[in-house]
Amino acid sequence: MTPLEHRAQPPADLLVRGAHVLDPRSGIDAPHDVLVRGGVIAELGAPGSLEAPDGAEVLDGEGRHLFPGFVDPHVHLRVPGQEHKEDLDSGTRAAAAGGYVAVVAMPNTDPVVDSAPVLRSLREAARREARVPVGFLASITRGLEGEALTEMAELADAGALGFTDDGRPVHRAGILRKALQYQRLAGRPLFLHEEDPSLSGRGVMHEGEVSARLGLAGIPSISESTLIARDAALAGYEDGRIHIQHLSARESVEAVAEAKARGVRITAEASPHHLTLTDDALLGAPLAGAGEAGRSSASGLDTRLKMNPPLRAEHDRQALIAGLRDGTIDCVATDHAPHAREEKEVPFEEAPMGTTGLETAFAALYTELVLPGVLPLALVVDRLSAGAALVDVPLPAIAVGERASFCLVDLGAEYEVGEAGYESRSENCCFAGRRLRGRVLATVAAGAVAYRQRTFSVVGAA
Amino acid sequence: MRHLLSIEDLDRAAIERILDRAKTFVEISDREIKKVPALRGRRVLNLFYEASTRTRSSFELAAKSLSADVINFAAGGSSVEKGESLKDTVQTLSAYQPDLIVIRTPHVGAAALVAGWTTAGVVNAGDGKHEHPTQALLDVYTLRERLGGLDGRSIWIVGDVMHSRVARSNIQAFTRMGARVTVCGPPTLIPRGVEALGCEVAYTLDDLGQADVVYALRMQHERMSDSFVPSLREYAARYQINGRRLGARQVLMHPGPVNRGVELAAEVIDSPQAVIGQQVAAGVVVRMAVLYELLAGRTAPDRSAMPVGAGA
Repeated sequence: MTPLEHRAQPPADLLVRGAHVLDPRSGIDAPHDVLVRGGVIAELGAPGSLEAPDGAEVLDGEGRHLFPGFVDPHVHLRVPGQEHKEDLDSGTRAAAAGGYVAVVAMPNTDPVVDSAPVLRSLREAARREARVPVGFLASITRGLEGEALTEMAELADAGALGFTDDGRPVHRAGILRKALQYQRLAGRPLFLHEEDPSLSGRGVMHEGEVSARLGLAGIPSISESTLIARDAALAGYEDGRIHIQHLSARESVEAVAEAKARGVRITAEASPHHLTLTDDALLGAPLAGAGEAGRSSASGLDTRLKMNPPLRAEHDRQALIAGLRDGTIDCVATDHAPHAREEKEVPFEEAPMGTTGLETAFAALYTELVLPGVLPLALVVDRLSAGAALVDVPLPAIAVGERASFCLVDLGAEYEVGEAGYESRSENCCFAGRRLRGRVLATVAAGAVAYRQRTFSVVGAA
Repeated sequence: MRHLLSIEDLDRAAIERILDRAKTFVEISDREIKKVPALRGRRVLNLFYEASTRTRSSFELAAKSLSADVINFAAGGSSVEKGESLKDTVQTLSAYQPDLIVIRTPHVGAAALVAGWTTAGVVNAGDGKHEHPTQALLDVYTLRERLGGLDGRSIWIVGDVMHSRVARSNIQAFTRMGARVTVCGPPTLIPRGVEALGCEVAYTLDDLGQADVVYALRMQHERMSDSFVPSLREYAARYQINGRRLGARQVLMHPGPVNRGVELAAEVIDSPQAVIGQQVAAGVVVRMAVLYELLAGRTAPDRSAMPVGAGA
């Protein structure tokens, strides 16, 4: 039994006709008809070879791509307690609209997911509301305070996919060591937000030329990498299993690579925004409404570009890309972090950290990395679902007999990321105003249709 | 020009135009009636979220000397204390139909934000540690008066560069006017990457002799608590500008208020090299010129929703 939960939907009966199926793990990279019956992939055939059975809907896949559904090991669904930013329904609608077939929610909610009753009630709510399967992490320490361990064994039994104090580091090495020891009992990986607060201080952006120019307090890249090095040493010593969240800096990629070379059981993720944007963006586009004069240095200070860890320098971005390519970085995770408009419509230093990301992840990576030839499409598709392995969830595969979990994407579709119009309840997307290519037309998650773009109509029911 | 948000918005020609105009305003202060009707009927709103004596009063005096009406709005004792957001405050005050909002806040980029929320012109009177463009203009004005021009001059900016919006604006303004700028201070107070602004970095005063101008920054006491410097005593020993370090031909500047005995020794404050008083006086005429630049060219207040692009 998987600990992922979602609202039961009638299993899909559908035929996707002539889509280019790309499943890097099963080695398929060619046009196919894909027939789904009762939510299970029943047949794969040459284009035009399969007939839709009675009652099955037909999706026109001609000129489109079919990928294994994406899995995001790092989202904030804000439930319980911050439903004005996001909830299980809106957050998983956003996931489905981005081609995701499963997401893992962080426990930094109000109250924190640090006890089995809170976790059980969340899983129950997900059974009523979630459009795609959702798994939950519980916190490592009670109340995220970094002082006392949660009842990790009971939480694991109650369905926690892993543990994290995301949003904060486990600052005290001794506490993390105990969590690693306790992992032998509870199982489940520890997901670590790496940031030494004595180095990051009151920083609000990457420390470098741009922060020097703007007069903003910087977050040095070493505030991340030094803690990764410490925690990799602890994990190696205790033979624990750790996952490093949202890598942002070159030194961090190096620290993970060194730990992997030593045989530490360590994995890592990087976000689409860290892979495609740099701190220069804060000097960039003029503020909406500020006109030409708004092109001065501080007017690029769009709070949608404020996140933790921050957008870093180009050499950091290049190191992340190289790490994703060579497998130092195992997967892409969005760190989807919705915030309400009024919370972000304040001076940069006052704004909360975070950007939404579920609905733009594929398009951002495709536009910025695949189209210019930086990374192959197959690699990006692989890394977008590889996060499943972190939480011991089966990797989506396009193969006969598998439960249907895939997305249909139009790589040619170009659109401008808007100020509004998201499935997410929040609009704080760092890609707003950018033109991206690659639109998810439909998502089938856990055997049922979870999303269909409004303008993408069904060709017809046979 | 619609707003003055940053020195980056101004090229050398624009700076010279503003300062040339400032010079024509000097004689107004010598008149018996210290007022001209250039901006009669225009409304200037001073919106100050930080304590300020000289900047606010010189903006007020500048506006009144040009016959504009001035409203002062200080954040203390207002609805801001009840949690009103900056956006709501600006939109509320915009109902008074100001032609210009002069704003100081502790937040980087706030003036640019405000420019997006109002149809009034906006002058940045200090946004956090980012910029203080009118200070830079009055400093350039003062130096032009003293030296004739900045081309080829060496200017040392000494002290807490990290926390100084004056330093950020002045590095850019001085280099734009042809000077070479060196920033000097304790390594803990020089921001990583500051060379990107076009200056050099020094950590000792050993080569201070090469400077034509020594610009000392205010050293704030709260920096001690964050261990940026171990003590004011040690700071003063290494970085204080005193009679021994300041050459007879060097010009000494300071944005005020001065911490006597910390960044400056008493003997240099009152020395003939110091132009600190001239800086304050220049503040009024330069701000008059900025107000004139932003308001006089426009025949009617621009109430259209679409902000207009900046033109020289």
